[in-house]
Amino acid sequence: MKTTRYEVLPGPEHFLPPAAASMGIRLPDPGQAHIHGRIVPEEEAMEAAARQFLSAKVPTIFPGPLVLWAWNEKAAQKAKAVRELYETIKECVTPAQRPMLIPMPDYRPKYPKINPEIEINPNHPNLTIWHNKIDTCMFVGVHCHQANLSLKIIRGGTNCYTIAMCAQAGHEDAMLSFRDATAEKILRLAEWVKKLKGSVKPPEE
Amino acid sequence: MSKERIQISPDLFDIMPAEYQDLVRRATYGKEDRGWKDIGMAKELIEEHSLCAGCPESMAFRYILASLPNPEDTVMVGSTGCTSLVFPHVAVHNIHSLFGNQNAVASGLKRALSLRFPGKIKDVVVLAGDGATVDIGLDMTLQAWFRQEKFTTICFDNELYANTGGQESGMMRKGFVAKMAPAGKMFEKVRLPEIARESGCHYVVNCTVSKPNLVEKVIKNAVYVAREIGPTYVQLYTPCILEIGKNSMEGLQEMRDAERPTERFAYKEYISDQAKELLAEIAAKEKEKKAAAKKQLAGKEA
Repeated sequence: MKTTRYEVLPGPEHFLPPAAASMGIRLPDPGQAHIHGRIVPEEEAMEAAARQFLSAKVPTIFPGPLVLWAWNEKAAQKAKAVRELYETIKECVTPAQRPMLIPMPDYRPKYPKINPEIEINPNHPNLTIWHNKIDTCMFVGVHCHQANLSLKIIRGGTNCYTIAMCAQAGHEDAMLSFRDATAEKILRLAEWVKKLKGSVKPPEE
Repeated sequence: MSKERIQISPDLFDIMPAEYQDLVRRATYGKEDRGWKDIGMAKELIEEHSLCAGCPESMAFRYILASLPNPEDTVMVGSTGCTSLVFPHVAVHNIHSLFGNQNAVASGLKRALSLRFPGKIKDVVVLAGDGATVDIGLDMTLQAWFRQEKFTTICFDNELYANTGGQESGMMRKGFVAKMAPAGKMFEKVRLPEIARESGCHYVVNCTVSKPNLVEKVIKNAVYVAREIGPTYVQLYTPCILEIGKNSMEGLQEMRDAERPTERFAYKEYISDQAKELLAEIAAKEKEKKAAAKKQLAGKEA
């Protein structure tokens, strides 16, 4: 019987995209990552993520509560690394590209609505992505259950490329996912962005 | 949980929405004399709410949140009703319980907190509507009082089931005709304050929320008594302006009308002897503190 392997690709897939796990996508082991559901060595994913940031019109980082709030020293260090990554992306892209750093401070449903210019809510992440025309984003410091929900909504309703910098076992529903995220790992990604500066074709205007 | 623990990572402070920055910079947590006068200046007292325009419940919510003496170590337990729409906006720990179960949930919670944090003050406050308190949850409400559970029960009494369209509730007054109760209420309003007193509550108040300073005093007393002695009950009239055919700006007058001496929300208070002693002690300390502050100020001026 001929089967087609499911790939986690930018959407819009449809209103209710399947959970990637239910389509056979497995999480990477330590030292690995996944790209579109394919398990790869972590360095390969670092390069791919850096290329993705450099080729996007609006490369964006969405830091979640686990880094936005200084729960402990590690969280504060990760926040510092996230800022460093953002500043690096800003330095390495062309003036036509518009990097953004948009927080997800908590998960409560907000009424009457969120302000998509300044924040993202996991229950309707597409609003922020549509409003800012974000075509590549990275989740970092978002609790897994909320990240899974958001990543699926994004895949269902937008064409945004999603990257997960997960502190646990990674996310099947992201197009590219790291696992065991630390401040050092985030800084390594920043190094990759620096290294690839000028070698990636910027997006067409 | 200490308020010092809730800090924004310095490297990402600038990207946080203003409401979160204000929450950590200017919140009233830890402020000893916090009260209703902080409303309008402190974000955790609800900047926006999802209730109807002019809803007296939104006033009551604000006054209560402003009056909690120990908000960073308070857990509120809510139940199904209009109140459950507001809790997502509130920066106080809260649990939403199954309809009517609020006092059972609060009982377990209070006991667990006492075991987990011995020697630390942890207040539990139940806030539910009249349907959850008197009709669906009456068993849980009364059993918690019988057991002398040390937490405060606040009932937002709007005298009907408001957010489902106006069905009859036990708290509805006799003869009242609601949208979903066209024949009119055939029985008297349940006298829960009296039942609370007989069930072992040490501090019981029945009033409206037309006077913020009064609400502040009542809530603080109820929390202090529950913390030290036993169950307390506060019944607040928060009329549903939509269901009684009033306009947005008429909620306050409705409450004023309902608190006249002969009306059903005339101020009523019951304090047990034990609670009286405690409140007198607190008042004396407060007086001492004020006198000392005055003296200090006079010394500075001289």
